Amino acid sequence: MQFISYLINGISLGSVYAIIALGYTMVYGIAKMLNFAHGDIIMVGSYVVYIAVSSLGLNPILSVVISAIVCLVLGVVIEKVAYKPLRHASKLAVLITAIGVSYFLQNVALLIFGANTKSFTSVVPAVSLKLGSLTITAETIVTIAACVIIMICLTLFINKTKAGHAMQAVSEDQDAAQLMGINVNATISLTFAIGSALAAVAGVLLCSAYPSLTPYTGAMPGIKAFVAAVFGGIGSIPGALIGGILLGVIEILSKAYISSQLSDAIVFGVLIVVLVVKPTGILGKVIQEKV
Amino acid sequence: MSMLKVTDLQVYYGVIQALKGISFEVNEGEVIALIGANGAGKTTILHTVTGLINQKAGKIEFEGKDISHTPAYKIVAEGMAHVPEGRRVFAELSVYDNLMMGAYTRKDKKEIAETLAMVYKRFPRLEERKKQMAGTLSGGEQQMLAMGRALMSKPKIILMDEPSMGLSPIFVNEIFDIIKAVSASGTTVLLVEQNAKKALSIADRAYVLETGKIILEGDAKVLMNDERVKKAYLGE
Repeated sequence: MQFISYLINGISLGSVYAIIALGYTMVYGIAKMLNFAHGDIIMVGSYVVYIAVSSLGLNPILSVVISAIVCLVLGVVIEKVAYKPLRHASKLAVLITAIGVSYFLQNVALLIFGANTKSFTSVVPAVSLKLGSLTITAETIVTIAACVIIMICLTLFINKTKAGHAMQAVSEDQDAAQLMGINVNATISLTFAIGSALAAVAGVLLCSAYPSLTPYTGAMPGIKAFVAAVFGGIGSIPGALIGGILLGVIEILSKAYISSQLSDAIVFGVLIVVLVVKPTGILGKVIQEKV
Repeated sequence: MSMLKVTDLQVYYGVIQALKGISFEVNEGEVIALIGANGAGKTTILHTVTGLINQKAGKIEFEGKDISHTPAYKIVAEGMAHVPEGRRVFAELSVYDNLMMGAYTRKDKKEIAETLAMVYKRFPRLEERKKQMAGTLSGGEQQMLAMGRALMSKPKIILMDEPSMGLSPIFVNEIFDIIKAVSASGTTVLLVEQNAKKALSIADRAYVLETGKIILEGDAKVLMNDERVKKAYLGE
């Protein structure tokens, strides 16, 4: 019974990683860049909810919507200001810029909110489901449900809508996509918008389960979600789901059965093994270099 | 009046000048061939015309409108479709979805359905394989898909870059028959080819390129019998 409880917790944490990993993987798929500031969008989203709920006393659901909108705008602005001018620059320049944006967001948050840990009020009612000796909190259920809903909506969006097809086309071949009449810049903006709004949702879910908020809150989950994205095969949406869930389960099980200090080391160790055995990740594609 | 008019086009890759002042015209209803060796600048010309590459100098006019600085994604709505070298189909989309990407800028669903029926009629093989991923098609089928995808935009002019490249002789003949049919149905064609013999056989006029310059131009039949062309490009 204990094991099942750990497993459910792992899936719940993994769901959060999966939602964050979607942002990494979609942006990588479309814009071919690693947006290392993605983790810090989570932190911004969490602060927005914190202010909305604790200071302004707004309804939690409304707060999450506001937070998603703020992050969506922030993501699009970051792309326009920091990444778009580098569209034809070397990948290294873009990567360094992304790290710069990450530090920028952390330090602005530090300036505004200070370094003190804020205690986050969960947006989910504190009820729980009891099944025999098994207790599942409402947060766990909401988190897993949110992940499932997001995955279904996103898959439908990508495969069934014109904008989704445009995203696939841009991710495969930007020049050919332009020849079809697809505005690549608009498609990249849309990708950042979706990824950042999802990061806000992930941030709220994460802070509801682990209710302490600092300017560095987004850093570690961000890195782990990146690992999850690579683990599942970066660029692949089902890969982000699988990678995220596996990572969450591995983390919680190693915390429970091996050592809570070593759990992060185990998580990253698994990444190294995966990359050695299958460098493209679980569902990753072999990238063919064109001459 | 010419449909497409290119004047003194100059393009650089870094410090290397790829196009050294290219001028040519395509009149409505014509099939124009651009021939020349590898690296002469044929593909660069097409990429510059559709805006995938920016020119340093020169003017591109389409139906009297200056499109020199029109971004690539707005070109197709003007009525110009580009079938890029190496087909560039979307390998992970189905044949049907690839064709629908070709109609991306069009709104009227009924008209799109009519064009699709026309494309399927011209390429029955695409209809047979409409649910298949484009990446699983053979080279010749992918070329057909790339052409069908371009036709889905109902273009006034279609730019084709090396449509015969890497295809078996049977497919090469089939592709050239299709180009003739596309032209006969009223679409203007600008064709870039290394297969000069084939290109000249279906073209009205042609331009011969050498290292970024046009060195010869004229009636395709005349060029086919030109000693220099024969020697350099027709292997006679």
